[in-house]
Amino acid sequence: MGEWFQNLSDKFYLCFIDDDRWMWLVDGLKNTLIITVFALIIGVIIGIIIATVRSTYDKNGEAMKKKGGAGYVFLRIANAICSLYLTVIRGTPVVVQLMIMYFVILVNQQNGVIVAIVAFGINSGAYVAEIFRSGIMSIDQGQFEAGRSLGFNYIQTMVHIIIPQAVKVILPTLWNEVIVLVKETSVAGYVGVVDLTKAGDRIRGRTFEAFMPLFAVAIVYLIIVIILTQILKVIERRLRKSER
Amino acid sequence: MNDNVLIEVRGLKKHYNNGKVKAIDGVDIDIKKGEVVVVVGPSGSGKSTFLRSLNLLEMPTEGVIFFDGEDINSKEANINLHRQKMGMVFQHFNLFPHKNVLANITLAPMKLKKMKKADAVNKAMELLKMIHLEDKASEYPAQLSGGQKQRVAIARALAMDPEVMLFDEPTSALDPEMVGEVLDIMKDLAKNGMTMVVVTHEMGFAKEVGSRVIFFDEGKIKEENTPKEFFENPKDPRLQDFLSKVLM
Ligand SMILES: Nc1ncnc2c1ncn2[C@@H]1O[C@H](COP(=O)(O)OP(=O)(O)OP(=O)(O)O)[C@@H](O)[C@H]1O
Ligand SMILES: [Mg+2]
Repeated sequence: MGEWFQNLSDKFYLCFIDDDRWMWLVDGLKNTLIITVFALIIGVIIGIIIATVRSTYDKNGEAMKKKGGAGYVFLRIANAICSLYLTVIRGTPVVVQLMIMYFVILVNQQNGVIVAIVAFGINSGAYVAEIFRSGIMSIDQGQFEAGRSLGFNYIQTMVHIIIPQAVKVILPTLWNEVIVLVKETSVAGYVGVVDLTKAGDRIRGRTFEAFMPLFAVAIVYLIIVIILTQILKVIERRLRKSER
Repeated sequence: MNDNVLIEVRGLKKHYNNGKVKAIDGVDIDIKKGEVVVVVGPSGSGKSTFLRSLNLLEMPTEGVIFFDGEDINSKEANINLHRQKMGMVFQHFNLFPHKNVLANITLAPMKLKKMKKADAVNKAMELLKMIHLEDKASEYPAQLSGGQKQRVAIARALAMDPEVMLFDEPTSALDPEMVGEVLDIMKDLAKNGMTMVVVTHEMGFAKEVGSRVIFFDEGKIKEENTPKEFFENPKDPRLQDFLSKVLM
């Protein structure tokens, strides 16, 4: 028993203390969080734009068609581009998108973290867009009609009536997307980024110990996800309260 | 055109699925100021579509609608301004669930007419008094009964000082004991000279306050008359059949 314990603490020392290797994990975690946060910001911006275009086309397209003019043509083209983007992004693996971004599109960008932010941002934009769109679409059509019948235009109806209600539907799902995104960034190592996963893998390569570093990585992810999940529960409770 | 005519509908058609469904199939009607036009007819006859065409919640396939003498479906017309003068009340109330009763009523006057908050609140409280719900100002729609919801929905529409009120089966989603309280409010409105177009199955309401009753069938107006003539002396066989069923 004592021997087994000695063995374990030797391995622990080798993996994390020796050469300050625990710092590798800390640096990796930093990159994981940086990529997640900035990718999320990009994703939300893309998502809002696409959801706006798509739901405007669905809900207001007929009225704009009648009025005619450049606005409608622009909306149609924008809608087609958005549909194409959604199909391509959701139809291909994120690792492949990441590698295409690094090795084909942004060849001159040596900073893998930036490439990863862009790739994951564009990727999550597609999912966020659908979350927003389904949130908007989940609001009863009668709400929309009530707003329009009072004389609110399309945008005013969205801002004052639909979006405040849709946010309550969207927020929990959006937060779920954050949880997915944190874990998804673990493939960033494919383009030379040392994120949390890659850092653990490097320790494994250096020490020839697989168990300790990989479990450490798993535990860190788990802790992040548990924290995020707790936040999600708080959000949901708050929203339910404001529902009355 | 007669000065007294508020809404003039000519050759109105609304087709769905490339003409397979003719929800409205050629309707002409003049609605005069102060008139209460009651629209009745079997399910699927196009009553809602007709009513919703009046404020362009449905885009007509053909035909023109003049409101206050202006073609509201022309490219130049600003439908949002016209809609401010056409209040609408829905079967399912459609109150804004994220806003309390007061905010439901004050939202449109404040945002669209740039009314000051104090003025909007005063006006809303007056309307709440009129619908006997002044004690519910700070409640949320979810806390109200169906009848109360519908009365608030009427107040919300009235807050914009509309020239006409459109009602689409305002009592059909209510428990029977709540129908009366909503109809009473509508009768008061009618007596005070509000122009109203009311789709309803409440024949008592039609008889009591209707200036004219219109029978819709298969997307067309098959008969229109004063309530007395309409109910006592129906000519169209489909109307006779319809009345025999609803007046049983
Ligand atoms: N968006 C739509 N697409 C296709 N058909 C429609 C649509 N809206 C209405 N219709 C059809 O148009 C016809 C008229 O419908 P409408 O709702 O105006 O009838 P209604 O007289 O109000 O009936 P009810 O008493 O049941 O409310 C119906 O046959 C209906 O199925
Ligand atoms: Mg109807």
